[in-house]
Amino acid sequence: MANIKLTNLNKSYGTVHILKDVNLDIKSGEFIVFVGPSGCGKSTLLRAISGLDQVSSGTLEIDDAVVNEVPPSKRGIAMVFQSYALYPHMSVFENIGFALENQGLSRADIKTKVEAVGEMLQLTSYLTRLPKALSGGQRQRVAIGRAIVRGAKVFLFDEPLSNLDAALRVQMRMEIAKLKRDLPKTTMVYVTHDQVEAMTMADRIVVLQAGKVMQVGTPMELYENPNSVFVAGFIGSPKMNFITGVPAEKLKAKTIGVRPEHFEFSDTKTDIAGTLDYTEILGSDSFLYVTTPTGMLTVRQPGRTEFKTGQKLNLKPIAQHVHRFGENEMRLAN
Amino acid sequence: MAEQIIYAFFTVIIGVGGCFGYFYGSNWLLDRIFPANANNDSSAVRNLKMQSTIRPWLFLGPALLLLSVYLLFPVIETFWLSFHDRAGDKFVGLANYVWAFNDDQFRLSIFNNILWLAVVPALCTLMGLVIAVLTDRLWWGNLAKSLIFMPLAISFVGASVIWKFVYDYRGEGQDQIGIINAIVTYFGGSPQVWIALPFWNNFFLMAILVWIQTGFATVILAAALRGIPEDTLEAATIDGAGPFKIFFRIMVPQIYGTILVVWTTITVLVLKIFDIVLTMTNSQWDTSVLANLMFDWMFRGGGDFGRGAAIAIVIMVAVLPIMIWNIRQANKEQSGH
Amino acid sequence: MLNRLKLEPSRILLNLAVIFIIALWTFPTAGLLISSLRDKNDIAASGWWTALSSADRKQVGRMKGSADQVEKDGKFVIFGNLFDGADATSGKVSAFGTKVQTPGANAAGSTVALDAGQSLTVGVDGSYVLTSPTKFTDERGGRVFFVSSQPPRFTLDNYQTVLFSEGIGRSFINSLTVTIPATIIPILIAAFAAYALAWMKLPFRGLLIAIIVGLLVVPLQMSLIPLLKLYNAAGYFMGVPSKTYLGIWLAHTGFGLPFAIYLLRSYIAGLPKDLIESAQIDGANDFKIFRRIVLPLCFPALASFAIFQFLWVWNDLLVAIVFLGSGPDQLVLTGKLNALLGSRGGNWEILTASAFVTIIVPLTVFFSLQRYFVRGLLAGSVKGG
Repeated sequence: MANIKLTNLNKSYGTVHILKDVNLDIKSGEFIVFVGPSGCGKSTLLRAISGLDQVSSGTLEIDDAVVNEVPPSKRGIAMVFQSYALYPHMSVFENIGFALENQGLSRADIKTKVEAVGEMLQLTSYLTRLPKALSGGQRQRVAIGRAIVRGAKVFLFDEPLSNLDAALRVQMRMEIAKLKRDLPKTTMVYVTHDQVEAMTMADRIVVLQAGKVMQVGTPMELYENPNSVFVAGFIGSPKMNFITGVPAEKLKAKTIGVRPEHFEFSDTKTDIAGTLDYTEILGSDSFLYVTTPTGMLTVRQPGRTEFKTGQKLNLKPIAQHVHRFGENEMRLAN
Repeated sequence: MAEQIIYAFFTVIIGVGGCFGYFYGSNWLLDRIFPANANNDSSAVRNLKMQSTIRPWLFLGPALLLLSVYLLFPVIETFWLSFHDRAGDKFVGLANYVWAFNDDQFRLSIFNNILWLAVVPALCTLMGLVIAVLTDRLWWGNLAKSLIFMPLAISFVGASVIWKFVYDYRGEGQDQIGIINAIVTYFGGSPQVWIALPFWNNFFLMAILVWIQTGFATVILAAALRGIPEDTLEAATIDGAGPFKIFFRIMVPQIYGTILVVWTTITVLVLKIFDIVLTMTNSQWDTSVLANLMFDWMFRGGGDFGRGAAIAIVIMVAVLPIMIWNIRQANKEQSGH
Repeated sequence: MLNRLKLEPSRILLNLAVIFIIALWTFPTAGLLISSLRDKNDIAASGWWTALSSADRKQVGRMKGSADQVEKDGKFVIFGNLFDGADATSGKVSAFGTKVQTPGANAAGSTVALDAGQSLTVGVDGSYVLTSPTKFTDERGGRVFFVSSQPPRFTLDNYQTVLFSEGIGRSFINSLTVTIPATIIPILIAAFAAYALAWMKLPFRGLLIAIIVGLLVVPLQMSLIPLLKLYNAAGYFMGVPSKTYLGIWLAHTGFGLPFAIYLLRSYIAGLPKDLIESAQIDGANDFKIFRRIVLPLCFPALASFAIFQFLWVWNDLLVAIVFLGSGPDQLVLTGKLNALLGSRGGNWEILTASAFVTIIVPLTVFFSLQRYFVRGLLAGSVKGG
């Protein structure tokens, strides 16, 4: 049970302003994902919540108590690091039990708790091993086990999957999703630069850019109603197409955004016409790269495509899926 | 003997135990005075903050104290002494420095130091580079390197016994037991008292330092050579470069930074060179260097702290810029990876 | 390591060149070791490089006197063996003579005419026949100088002498008494300080680091006088002798700290930040982080500094001269050797054996822990592995 409230949070190193007036309300038991390009301040924000970095101004509350000055170990948080930060000279058992040892628990209590967590994460037969004798996925589980064993109210994840290969990443994504089901009361804050992780795991996503919160919402909200060119471009893969010029002006916008799957083909000449440059056939989908006067556009077609390279294509956005953005790159009301 | 061993054993236990005792004791006390494990959150948080303000100084305390007493204080004291007369009572301004630069012995020492500086670092680095390159290709290269490296573990006194034996002199006609004179007489020359030949004896003393320090250069440079990406050498081979061209155009530029670090490290060592001269010639036969001159003025007949201190300051001023450069360079190399 | 410089066909040449350099480098030490194992007369008589082959040795033998003469064929004859009573009691005689200047005048087996019609024959095995037409009258026989070829001889006598009667054994223990605490104490103090400078929040951190590293430049000799004065004052004030083991431990600790802190700080600062932060979140305080996380992980750096400091202290002469007394209960090995160099300058059997005793410990440490030593060197000047 822990809600987190950030009010006007600022963080600067010298003259570099890393976080700018961040306001955020995280509800108890929520799975929140911070996403953004590298250098956007998402890790700094996480570290501020953890207490590893001090904030420059603003308040940070956990469970309605201001914790700005509270050291990390007293905030009731646990953190899973990108490198897992397993103590290389300690066995899995000692790694998981280290925090309990620091709380002054008896040996017997530590043993019971560590073994319970080991069971939960299928690590029972690895408890005596050193981290270097574990696979990447197992290391990840030990890191999570360290967080679980302390019964922390808040779990912080700092890009925990970025060191894994693609197949393992999918598997671990599911394990974290399962963890979230198993610990419904635990608030989880997860940092990633990978929008796929954000989309698949988050209850709500926080998109950051240059130290500012751009938009907060559920994955589908962000997908369907991005409030800015930045968010629209960041969420979704392949990226949303942005079209300026005549087609946008016709819709009274500076820029319009159309997702690759939201194009239709027309037999008659349209505003957006171009030449098929290149095709990527993935089996389930095909991506068509079309050169038009407003730039290169990506079009997604289910299954195979019939079009040939060099062919002229007339594209037409599906009207209800067009996103309109104004002069300041922000969404225009419909 | 047994008594001596037991006494030594207990002395060691007390010394080492006292040091452990300090760190454990002071930290235990800190945790006691400011308990942080109490669940009362606000006081625990306050205590934790107190702990983290005080604890660094518990960690640093002994080091700062010892550094102040054993290094900082002497530097300041020496600086002060260098502007005072022989007993350290009367301020004499720059008189000691003026004396030094007009003193024949000082000039000789400076000259000898420069001679050492010109020869030893260059020779060590060059030999080190050559040996590193040669042994790089040998399956027994590591053994070879550790044999070259071995003298680094030997004390200067031990080394001077070894080298006095090498330079040993027996009158003409007798069997020479020093290897150098044996070789010289074998080829029909006449034996020499090598370490008493003014000017040239400097080089015989330098040989000892080269013997000791080449291993250092070899090991560092060998590691640097090994760090050169193999593909750059292969690319050069494919581009048609011969071995010497590869060495000078591809290898050396890539380890240039390391070469300089080795060079300057030995340079600093040479500026402070003392023991070899003390044990081999005791500054006789015109072999005096700055550190020995200073030692003589401070401890031996000289007994003039002011002059000794002035020489010490000269040495330090000479060492300082090289050292700063060296540390910068080392840090750069370190962060560059 | 594989043929990186393709310098064919010089493979053999290369090996030879390296062997030559190695020989050059190990020759002086080999001379010391071999000499220390030779008989003391041999050391002074011939170069150590001859020790492995049979050596020609000039000796003197005295023939028997008139009491042993026998009469044979009207002549008086004395039989005997030159090796009886000589320094080396066996060997092969190659030449002999009757004057000290010319021990090689006559080849073994030949007969020499002496004064008064006497003649002397010496065989290869040292047997001699002295013949005279008249009766021998001298009770003491004459001396014969001869050159004999001696098989290599090695002995541990020199070591026995230096260890038990020259006081090297005692100095050995003194050296250990100095070296062990003077190695451990600075490691501990420097490691704590290095951790504080690398990871703890404290004011003036950068400045402190700069000053500590800056102290690397202080020439050791410079600090001796001020410290000696300080020690005397402190000793007088507290009513204790100024030359104590505690005093030298602290001195070596102080002198070793800048390098130790420099070396250890760069290593400790290089530990993954995540590890330290993870431990902080796990609720460990800095003392615990240091003890449980940092200390075990920086073992290689600690080991390499330990070796440096051990060698440095063990090999030190100057600090020991200044801060310890010269009595048998405090004189360390290097000091003892230096004293011997003065008092026994010509006694190579004592010098070589003593020198070898002083270098055997550092050499053992060096060869058994070389890996860490090299790593420390690299960390000290370039990036470590």
